[in-house]
Amino acid sequence: MSDAQTQIPVTVLTGYLGAGKTTLLNRILSENHGKRYAVIVNEFGEIGIDNELIVESDEEIYEMNNGCVCCTVRGDLIRVVEGLMRRPGRFDAIIVETTGLADPVPVAQTFFMDDDVRSKTRLDAVVALVDAKHLPLRLKDSREAEDQIAFADVVVLNKTDLVTREELSKVEATIRAINPAARIHRTTRASVALSEVLDRGAFDLSRALENDPHFLEAHDDHDHHDHDHDHHHHDHDGHDHHDHDGHHHALPSDIHDVTVQSVSLRGGEMDPKKFFPWIEKITQMEGPNILRLKGIIALKGDDERYVIQGVHMIIEGDHQRAWKDDEKHESRLVFIGRELDAERLKTSFEACQAA
Amino acid sequence: MPTVAPLDLEGHCVAAVFLGDVPHFALADGAIHRLDHGHKTVQANDGLLAAFHDVANDRLITGGEDGKVFAVTAGGEAGELASAGKKWITSVAAGPQGAIAFASGKTAYVRFADGKTKEFAHPRSVEGLAFSPKGMRFGVARYNGATLHFPAAEGKPVELEWAGAHTGITFSPDGAFLVTTMQENALHGWKLADGKHMRMSGYPGKVKSLSWSAKGKWLASSGAPAAIVWPFSSKDGPMGKAPLELGTRGNAMVTSVACHPSQDVVAIGYDDGMVMAVRFADAKEVLLRRPGKGAVTSMMWDKEERRVAFGSAAGDCGVIDISA
Repeated sequence: MSDAQTQIPVTVLTGYLGAGKTTLLNRILSENHGKRYAVIVNEFGEIGIDNELIVESDEEIYEMNNGCVCCTVRGDLIRVVEGLMRRPGRFDAIIVETTGLADPVPVAQTFFMDDDVRSKTRLDAVVALVDAKHLPLRLKDSREAEDQIAFADVVVLNKTDLVTREELSKVEATIRAINPAARIHRTTRASVALSEVLDRGAFDLSRALENDPHFLEAHDDHDHHDHDHDHHHHDHDGHDHHDHDGHHHALPSDIHDVTVQSVSLRGGEMDPKKFFPWIEKITQMEGPNILRLKGIIALKGDDERYVIQGVHMIIEGDHQRAWKDDEKHESRLVFIGRELDAERLKTSFEACQAA
Repeated sequence: MPTVAPLDLEGHCVAAVFLGDVPHFALADGAIHRLDHGHKTVQANDGLLAAFHDVANDRLITGGEDGKVFAVTAGGEAGELASAGKKWITSVAAGPQGAIAFASGKTAYVRFADGKTKEFAHPRSVEGLAFSPKGMRFGVARYNGATLHFPAAEGKPVELEWAGAHTGITFSPDGAFLVTTMQENALHGWKLADGKHMRMSGYPGKVKSLSWSAKGKWLASSGAPAAIVWPFSSKDGPMGKAPLELGTRGNAMVTSVACHPSQDVVAIGYDDGMVMAVRFADAKEVLLRRPGKGAVTSMMWDKEERRVAFGSAAGDCGVIDISA
């Protein structure tokens, strides 16, 4: 029955050619997890799995006719999702695989801006596959590689067996510099636990920040976010230390190829009369420069946590849950984007604090 | 009082039509149900996405997830007309002399009655298709406008530009106007003689259903809490004129419209399954069907102007008899 339908979760897989998207996709389709997936791909390509619900679709980016240059959607997704959702009993979730050079933003915005798509599906998470060996090159020659990382909720840092330990920490530091809020999983052959990429609820306001306890914490604990796959790369390290003369003198990351920055803000309780107009204004004015924003806001006189998230000019916020007794009523907000004026964001954010 | 003969099916109804005098219901799973001395079924596409009623040949053209195009005829025959590989067929249309058109990705195809097929490659996705009622000409709705092709002749297509994503397309019955539905909540129109633009906006939702009234004097549309009916009888179409708003309800949206074959009356289907008939002249409303399980997706009047077949997103379809 159409009105009893629950929203189908959608996972977006981004990543350059060769980063391991197809490997991960094949695992998702073949492993015995009891769930059925409809997969939307740009080309049938090398998916070796016989699945009638692999839909080939031409990536079609539509600018919305509302004068906002960052309001783009994937027209083909609107159509395919509409078609799929007319027979919802066939699958439990949808995966959208994007081309290597794809901008993840229109994909994500489709799930917020199109009423039909939004009523039937919900964006679960954006997962970026990154090739540990080739990322530095990619960052040099394209903006898309950076955008994909900046926009991701989960980064699968793949092919870690092809790099030295130093290279790996450098690459990871670079990813962190681009996106401090994403979860990073180090893998070989995209062997991340599927529970780490599927059903994440990364855009679900009630869950988004809950399943990621380190969200918005200081950046220095990033090595220990994931439990399973961090350590086996140590095996490969021994012989590397001595071959790569000169390389291990490099600093943790040459971030000069990175144009995305993040601004993490922290404050006390906010005055809702100041905070809401401020965030509206910031997203209106700075929207084109903001890729993602996420935050937990403590509002003065409110005994519930307020969570907020955004993509360019689209923002969503809601009460999440009551503050726990031992929790500090603190507001935290992170912007990931380009050409952000950190100082101005900081002072204007702090000016919203309740007296 | 109108009476409703219900046909409760499982699944989304893409099209409800009369072939001959037999009501047919094409569902998204590709099954074509009909009420022909009892409930009968024939299978068309494996996954049906688009359907077009070919009035001249009294058949239903369907396209689907299987990359195939079928023709379903009144006797309950479903035959494959064409196929275009593994990609979905997302739009179909029927034209003069038994020609049909279908779209898959960035390509529009025309299949002539003799089985010959011609391809029209586009730089962007082919979103919607419609034949002009006059001559061998068809229109493609696309990003930033529409393209008119002349499949029987060589030569360049005519490009009509308007910024934005155009998703559906229809010609007025006299061939003078071309109207597209858009990704934004608006219609766009062109007067074909001089290319003059017509912008029809103000809808709270996307317009998914359009229906021309008898002789093309009016164009009824969904996408609002009322049927929005634009006047097209003057030579400049609806420019500078306000539309009629018929069957306004405070708590429901119009999802399907079907104009009466000869009178200025429109059948209006809503998102709660209700169906009303409303007269243009005085906006008088008659309830045809109470709310059901799902949004009305498709409706058609029969030739005798006595019955309305309707389909819904939840599968609760049926036939309304207004003469009873």
